[in-house]
Amino acid sequence: MSETTISKSEVAHVANLAKLAFDDAELVQFTTQLDNILNIFDTLGEVNTDGVAPTYSVTENVNHLREDVADNWHQKQALLKNAPLEAADLIKVPAILDGEGE
Amino acid sequence: MTINFFDNDLTSLHEKLVNKDISTVDLTQATLENIAKTDSELQAFIRTNSDEALLQAKKIDEQHDFSNMLSGLPLALKDNLATNGIETTGASHILEGFKPVYDATVVSKLSTAGAISVGKTNMDEFAMGGSTETSYYKKTANAWDHTKVPGGSSGGSAAAVAGGQIPFALGSDTGGSIRQPAAFNGIVGLKPTYGRVSRWGLFAMASSLDQIGPFTRTVKDNALVLNTIAGFDEKDSTSSKRDVPDFTSKLTGDVKGLKIAVPKEYFGEGIDPKVATTVKAAIAQLELMGATVDEVSLPHTKYGVAAYYIIMSSEASSNLQRYDGVRYGFRADDVKNLEDLYIKTRSEGFGDEVKRRIMLGTFSLSAGAYDAFFKKAAKIRTLLIEDFNKVFADYDVIVGPTAPTVAYGLGEEIDDPTAMYLADVLTIPVNLAGLPGMSVNAGFVDGLPVGLQIIGKPFDEVTVYQTGYAFEQASRLFEQRPNIAKKY
Repeated sequence: MSETTISKSEVAHVANLAKLAFDDAELVQFTTQLDNILNIFDTLGEVNTDGVAPTYSVTENVNHLREDVADNWHQKQALLKNAPLEAADLIKVPAILDGEGE
Repeated sequence: MTINFFDNDLTSLHEKLVNKDISTVDLTQATLENIAKTDSELQAFIRTNSDEALLQAKKIDEQHDFSNMLSGLPLALKDNLATNGIETTGASHILEGFKPVYDATVVSKLSTAGAISVGKTNMDEFAMGGSTETSYYKKTANAWDHTKVPGGSSGGSAAAVAGGQIPFALGSDTGGSIRQPAAFNGIVGLKPTYGRVSRWGLFAMASSLDQIGPFTRTVKDNALVLNTIAGFDEKDSTSSKRDVPDFTSKLTGDVKGLKIAVPKEYFGEGIDPKVATTVKAAIAQLELMGATVDEVSLPHTKYGVAAYYIIMSSEASSNLQRYDGVRYGFRADDVKNLEDLYIKTRSEGFGDEVKRRIMLGTFSLSAGAYDAFFKKAAKIRTLLIEDFNKVFADYDVIVGPTAPTVAYGLGEEIDDPTAMYLADVLTIPVNLAGLPGMSVNAGFVDGLPVGLQIIGKPFDEVTVYQTGYAFEQASRLFEQRPNIAKKY
């Protein structure tokens, strides 16, 4: 079976999807490490899984529903205390686009 | 006053409290002193919360209600279990300073029972690792040899119990993170059946694999803790509505007629021969006591590591999207815009192992890789479950080693992620299948403990405990003490 390899530019692409940034040295190191790990992943190709259903969870429960009523929601101040930056009872973040200020 | 947890199991501590031989405040104070005496060498705790603990102890003394076995008893929590108003970081820089606004269900159950949490234990960052070395905060030492790793990811909880700082602790196990550190420290660690214990308030790593479980010095203590933390929870839709039995009900020491399966794959390539010999001797002991022992095959075992690392990293990459620097924890400085804030916060806030797993998961779920990796792994998971089902049609428990080696040196393996991942081969299949699994001490190799792993049918922790208890009572290995025990 074919061997999966991953290039430096593919690693950079995945990092972008995952909202991570690497400098060049890190990119080289991660590419080597991910390539080695993908070689382990490739061993799964040895197993014939035709007709095998995938398992995504082993829970016995189908679903668990409750009445759609607000519960335990008076926590705004406690939650805001954890925010790195807060203003006027809201969480403050930088502008979405460059040059817009706050 | 002083208290030595090597001389007192949970039952003995409970009796002392009931008889007023000691007060809860004294016991809590003595526990905090034990930690103060030894944590410079063990480094098991990221932080203690002595003020809150002593305040709660005072309340317990005033009420003098010891109807729950655990009332008044001190414990430690892995730092990925949410505690209301008390810093909880998952040993990550990205959650530095974070104080949850609620208690994890296991924490509120223990607190309702009257147990007293004295602190948060060190762990691999977000439970990702097998040596507790990926923690942002500190490196924890093995209780038996401080130059060795305590295992991981719940290494702090394991070292704290094995080192006599605390009578019991909670950890979490996604691919072996309770059983392997229990093995490395020569104590008892159980990963319950998936769904047995509520995951509400456990910082999610891989939601289809994570379970919370107890670390204790003895099997009976372990069962007593599970009695309190098990059961259905409205807040975790995957927690089970099945009845919770008394987990101590079969602690008789008797295993006559018990059918034990020993998978030949668990003694294959990569298993240290001295570990294999020690575990085989433990199995022979069970046979001598009247259990029947047969060799069986779990043919897909060798594919477990690959399937696990795909599924776990995929779920983790999704779960860890929430850490973006907006609502809590660490936020990077000097950012140009919101996108930049996400990227800089995550790049500065996460350590390398967490980044590696986020990258693997993001890759496995990405267009073009989903079918070949994520879906393929989910199918292998089905085959692994079928392997177990076939064996459990004829046997009561499956036993083997918990880990391929004893504890290795601090710094020895951390730079080789591939080797670290492969070392999880014996514990991973249990999580993929959602089974209960426990490690008990099987003996020593070169002065370091070896773990005997006992795997049960879904929701049959009772038989797992029965098997572990019988071996423990026959071997009396829990009576052996590490040198650190002399400090109390």
